[in-house]
Amino acid sequence: MELYMSLSIGVLFAVGVYLILTRSLLRIILGTSLLTHGVHLLLLTMSRLKTGAAPLLGEKAAAYVDPLPQALILTSIVISFGVTSFFFVLAYKAYQKLGTDDMEQLRGQDDEQ
Amino acid sequence: MTNLAVLPIVTPLLFGVLLFFVRYRIRLQMGLATAGTLATLIFSALLAHTVSKDGIQVLHVGGWEAPYGIPLVADMLAAILVTISSVVTLACLLYAFHALDDERKRNYAFPLMMILLCGVNGSFLTGDIFNLFVFFEVMLLASYVLLSLGGGRIQLRETIKYIVINIIASSLFVIAIAYLYSITGTLNMAHIAQRIAELGQDGLTTTVSLLFLTVFGLKSALFLFFWLPGSYSAPPAPIAALFAALLTKVGIYSIIRTFTLIFPHQPQITHEIMMWLAGLTMLLGALGVIAYWRIKQILAYNVIVSVGFILFGVGVASEAALSGAVYYLIHDMIAKALIFILGGAIISIAGTDKLREISGLIHFRPILGWLFFLSALALAGVPPLSGFVGKVMILQGGVQAKAFVLVALGLLSSLLVLYSVMKVFINSFWGETLLSEGEEKSTGKGALLPSLILAALVVGFGLGAEEILAYVRQAVEPLVDPSIYIEAVLS
Repeated sequence: MELYMSLSIGVLFAVGVYLILTRSLLRIILGTSLLTHGVHLLLLTMSRLKTGAAPLLGEKAAAYVDPLPQALILTSIVISFGVTSFFFVLAYKAYQKLGTDDMEQLRGQDDEQ
Repeated sequence: MTNLAVLPIVTPLLFGVLLFFVRYRIRLQMGLATAGTLATLIFSALLAHTVSKDGIQVLHVGGWEAPYGIPLVADMLAAILVTISSVVTLACLLYAFHALDDERKRNYAFPLMMILLCGVNGSFLTGDIFNLFVFFEVMLLASYVLLSLGGGRIQLRETIKYIVINIIASSLFVIAIAYLYSITGTLNMAHIAQRIAELGQDGLTTTVSLLFLTVFGLKSALFLFFWLPGSYSAPPAPIAALFAALLTKVGIYSIIRTFTLIFPHQPQITHEIMMWLAGLTMLLGALGVIAYWRIKQILAYNVIVSVGFILFGVGVASEAALSGAVYYLIHDMIAKALIFILGGAIISIAGTDKLREISGLIHFRPILGWLFFLSALALAGVPPLSGFVGKVMILQGGVQAKAFVLVALGLLSSLLVLYSVMKVFINSFWGETLLSEGEEKSTGKGALLPSLILAALVVGFGLGAEEILAYVRQAVEPLVDPSIYIEAVLS
């Protein structure tokens, strides 16, 4: 199971990196969110995908899945939500002000204020 | 056990949250922000004093014992860095009172600076690797907003680049944590270190350590510094000074912590790579330093050179070199804030940061001019000032480790740094005045108080090197012998 997860996480990373390397800002943001999806799945996979009950003590099971990575992922998800929403607003503002979403045209010019 | 270790984190957080509620009362904001930073400074100094008396202070948050809860670990290194970052933030705040426009003051600039300090202090004090990631994000989110605050064209453009780089670096950080958790099964840094020492640092662990080096190298501008010159020249001077003094230093601290505590077992691979990256950083940074004729860019590349220099000391990893690195780290936080504040004052007086258009400021701003001269000498490491001691110890360690090429690079970069800041000094302060009295864009008076505080520290740290070195030696002890740190946390 870990193998299939690793393969699909690899695909997510590859697509994410490809999108980040493109010129359009919106595609870059999509790339970063795919990258964070891959990261969260990796956190889940790296704690081994053993079968067990959901980590609720009311389940009264013999074995539970590891609760720690789930807490880490939850933390990481809200952080990346915050960053992504800020990034979207920033991109919107930049589009209004700079009039382009093409990264090639967002290079620095020397004598601009 | 006391709660002292949590106060440098909680105090700026509390005051930061408080400041959000008094948005339109700028005077009240200024008073509260000063009070909050002063309180943080007092608590940090108290913490450093306690650590020097009673050894490493560990606070198990929530009362959960070591590997299960999050510990806050204040060893001497963390305590010193927390104290210095409070001093630097205080100076930048005092400058910001004068240099920031009302628009920015109303739009949460001060609360964000407090939150930034909270993130920085938290990163220094935490003993849990995932918690370190969270405090990194606290710091970074505040820095995104501070960087883009005001919404100028350059700021928006540079924030986009800065944010993309940091999202990628943070993703790599979580990946590295996931791998490390899969190898060791724990997140507590002392516990991780213990388990890796037991298992032995095999190829897989070394690979993960290189991933950490990449992550922290991106944050601290070690060789992977391409994002830094643009981002650090976009925001207004007080915010740039805060960034230059604190942000990269957190990355350096994380490299010091991880590579002395968790991954010290394969130095022929990891530390060798780190040293060559540091050498390249010094070289490329020094090239950038001499290449430009704009104050902002020259200062930004100066940040990069010193990062390379400190990490050269960390890479050598002998006791002398580590003491030098810690001393230079402390010096550099103060000196970078000082020179960015003075650079900001020059730019605000002349109305431009192009060196060729500024001239003869010394005729009507003598104090500012001599302060700049002093800080330029301190940056280059001229003997009575604070930059000297650290530099000598790092180079001494480098010579003992027979890394002569890198020592030569270090000396060369010092020379070029001196040339670059003297270029700024000579061009902007000497020569004929282009501006007549009353024609200058601003008085630059707001920069005097904070830069006098920082300059006094620079001189004091140079003259009182014996006293400071006693603290630095205590800070280096757990770096050379990680078992001290591990026992303090896990016992």
